[in-house]
Amino acid sequence: MDDLNQLLLGFQVALTWHNVLFMIVGVLLGIVVGVLPGLGGPNGVAILLPLTFGMDPTSAIILLSSIYWGALFGGAITSILFNIPGEAWSVATTFDGYPMAQQGRAGEALTAAFTASFIGALSGVILITFVAPLVAKFALRFGPAEFFGVFFLTFCSFIGTGRENKAKIVASLALGFLLAAVGLDTISGDLRLTFGSPELMKGFDFLVVVIGLFGVSEILLTIEEGLHFKGKRAAMDLAVVLRTWASLPRYWATLLRSSVVGMWMGVTPGGAIAASFMGYGLAKRFSRTPEAFGRGEVEGVLAPETAAHAAGTSALLPMLALGIPGSATAAVLLGGLMIWGLQPGPLLFIEKKEFVWGLIASMYLGNVAGLLIVLATVPVFAAIMRIPFALVAPIILVVCAIGAYTVESSRFDIWLMLVFGIVGYVFKKLDYPLAPLVLALVLGDRAEDAFRQALLGSGGDLSIFFSNGLVSTLMILALLLLFWGPLGQVRQLIARRIGLARAAPASP
Amino acid sequence: MVDASPPISERGISRRLVETLVALSLLGVAGLALWDSYGRGAGWDNGPENGFFPARVAWILVIAAIATLVSALRREESVFVTYSQLRLVAQVFVPLFLYVLAIAFVGIYVASALFMALFMVMLGSFRWWQTLLAVVLTPLIIFWVFELQFRVPLPKGPLETMLGY
Amino acid sequence: MRVAVKAAIAAALLPVASAQAWEPTKPIEIIVPFPPGGSSDQMARTIQGAIQKNNLVKQPIIIVNKPAAAGGEAMLDIQKSAGDPHKLITTSSGIYMTPLATKLPVSWRDFTPVAMMAQDAFVLWVNVQKPYKTAKDFIEAARIAAPPLKTGGNGSKREDHLISVTMEQIAGVKITYVPYQGGGPSSVQLAGGHIDANMNNPAEEIANWRSGAVKPLCVFSPKPMAYTQKVTADMAWSDIPPCPSQGLNVTYQMLRGMFMPGKVTPEQQAYYVDLFQKVAETPDWKAYLERNALVPDFRSGQAFVDFLVEDERKHKDLMGKAGFIATN
Repeated sequence: MDDLNQLLLGFQVALTWHNVLFMIVGVLLGIVVGVLPGLGGPNGVAILLPLTFGMDPTSAIILLSSIYWGALFGGAITSILFNIPGEAWSVATTFDGYPMAQQGRAGEALTAAFTASFIGALSGVILITFVAPLVAKFALRFGPAEFFGVFFLTFCSFIGTGRENKAKIVASLALGFLLAAVGLDTISGDLRLTFGSPELMKGFDFLVVVIGLFGVSEILLTIEEGLHFKGKRAAMDLAVVLRTWASLPRYWATLLRSSVVGMWMGVTPGGAIAASFMGYGLAKRFSRTPEAFGRGEVEGVLAPETAAHAAGTSALLPMLALGIPGSATAAVLLGGLMIWGLQPGPLLFIEKKEFVWGLIASMYLGNVAGLLIVLATVPVFAAIMRIPFALVAPIILVVCAIGAYTVESSRFDIWLMLVFGIVGYVFKKLDYPLAPLVLALVLGDRAEDAFRQALLGSGGDLSIFFSNGLVSTLMILALLLLFWGPLGQVRQLIARRIGLARAAPASP
Repeated sequence: MVDASPPISERGISRRLVETLVALSLLGVAGLALWDSYGRGAGWDNGPENGFFPARVAWILVIAAIATLVSALRREESVFVTYSQLRLVAQVFVPLFLYVLAIAFVGIYVASALFMALFMVMLGSFRWWQTLLAVVLTPLIIFWVFELQFRVPLPKGPLETMLGY
Repeated sequence: MRVAVKAAIAAALLPVASAQAWEPTKPIEIIVPFPPGGSSDQMARTIQGAIQKNNLVKQPIIIVNKPAAAGGEAMLDIQKSAGDPHKLITTSSGIYMTPLATKLPVSWRDFTPVAMMAQDAFVLWVNVQKPYKTAKDFIEAARIAAPPLKTGGNGSKREDHLISVTMEQIAGVKITYVPYQGGGPSSVQLAGGHIDANMNNPAEEIANWRSGAVKPLCVFSPKPMAYTQKVTADMAWSDIPPCPSQGLNVTYQMLRGMFMPGKVTPEQQAYYVDLFQKVAETPDWKAYLERNALVPDFRSGQAFVDFLVEDERKHKDLMGKAGFIATN
């Protein structure tokens, strides 16, 4: 009850006219930042941070966190329309969002993505509002072994759901791991797989690879079919939005599951990217029609978006409660808190009540504002599909090049983008799945780091991965998911045998 | 896209050839990784050394690549891409390649303008003023958003230097 | 008449002559060899804010993060930009450590030193539930611990690792160092009891110290820190005893400074020295120093170069002993 009173107080703070204005400006800026690949949430927030030095901390954090909400929403737009993820956490959204757009269901996909994002964020904020201190303590229980458990679980929930040739899935996964290993190794402090090249030293950035693999290659594939986009003219009006909304309750299980996955991944800092993949993987596993995934299944848009947004929001919880950044953007916001003269940590809830509850209230309002704004822009973005290919394609390619460059301010990355464009084109035509590569690239070295950190601590003893209830649960869950498919086949086989055995004596 | 492979009647690059080339390149990547990893130590010294995982993964890649190679050679031959499709792809790819090359010399803004102009004239059917408008406006908008609003510097060339940026 | 013309010419030239002092003509880029949100990034953004707020430069300041390869990429970038007076780089000890540990072909001697802004202290932190009260207790515990006690910190062959190994060697004990992706994660791991100690900078642990999750044992410097304002209920930064006074003779501080690319003119260098002098005097900067318990130590010109030479020698020595210098 006390919390509710505090929250009401927070709403009073957040609902002053200038704070609402900051919220709207922030969300709009965030959408721009989210739409442009390469210019991500952390950059967007960091770029505007110095502007806020003179501001009241509450207004400042409302402005900056609204940019974050906007970026979370905006990442889905280009994923769905052009197969180019604007943010790393919207890669999984492309898997079904882009096919939907190609089938002329861009409006439905966008509405689903935005609404799912909103639901995810809302669950994250509710978590922060009511159980912040409790959950924050839980995050502290994650040592390296537990982190490895989380990453392993993410892999296992995603892998093994593919239809493609098994050897090609494995090849794609292995290639992703190798690419992730390039650069400076955290544990030994040595450079590896760089072959003395200073360009390779920084490794392969996830976004650069993804822009090439998905965005550039898609344009090359599109052009094979002639000089136009496959997306059909889609009706874009309120009716589409309402129709999509009306269909959502059917997917309550997916939404709920993804929200839980997202909140969990945000708090334990597994991150929004891992959450989106896990959400997608689980939705496909538990679906009655897993074969529809990857071909324009609305659930394949809902699941990763809900999870990513729930994780992105929950990531702010450890930041506020413990001073631990749960994500890169949270790290920048944390820097901001210190610059404004606030000390993040448990005492913040006691010393700066107004600030904390103002921020929490602004999370509710910022996401509502975000949802309304992005829904209003759906027709605008969908209209882009109507622009002639010969105009839109070069603009997309220019934006891709800029995106690849801005990630690390490196010209070499533009070349990498081009190379991965060809790789993506060839891989797609040869049915090498791209998702395992991307997943391994984003989580591979983090999983390896956690694994080796755990073993450093245990002196090389592998039993550390089953040393307590938490990590054992994670590992067993992961192994269960890994063998889900094969086990299912075995079960079917046994069932058939028994069925035959029963049938045999009955028909003499 | 899988089913989009055109009937064998139209001439093009053999799928088997491309499958083989890709598998061989994967073997090459794996070979490089193995060479680098064993050079630095891929053993187990109170926990894995820094070459341990790359080396194991590279071996897995070797196995997967060989398996793909074998199944590709046993598979029925089909066309990877027809020559007419390839020509279309090249129409996009060659300008794109030149664009990335040009960025190093004239900066991203001028290169983008040239690239768009080339693309729109070659592949589109726009009126001259439409092309001109797009070619001039796009870099200007990009400049305004990145350089002026977000303060993200992009690669610049002699023209920008002349204008004082 | 002729005189008048001469006077007119002189008058026309005069402002030009006095404007000989160089001024930036386009936006200034500050390259940060760390990701957004880290302590170097915070310093750069504080400087950016202080400059903008006090209107010290007419041109805008842009911050570019290049965190790859422990800052190696950023240093290579500065090396390539020789002669560009619109680029700066924030530096820490990484400016010697990264080239030594990775054999990267860069050296600060190819850059133009501008100013040292401050020094950052390192503190020995332990989880509050541990019985150790002094550094001595900790070392005694490390002596008998099996498996060895664990310390954690940012990366491998970097500052934290160096301190940990130096402690091992000086006290003659065995400690396991676990590298994390940054000071933040190492701070959380300490609060969660997954490691036994870390060597974080004051700014990285202040939140957990105030909330009572961790406690400081000693600061790795010859004398206590200067900040006497209470941070927790009963302790200030100045109350943390120096490690040497507790029998752990390890001292280590890290510079936080600014460099320019090589081959810039003395006027250009002088402009930035003057600029950072002004920044160092702003209240924003002073508040920043206090908040992060940095040691104020502004140096420029020869004093800075002398410091760098000596500091590099010290690092070479320590890293050589620790076995961090790349050989192949």
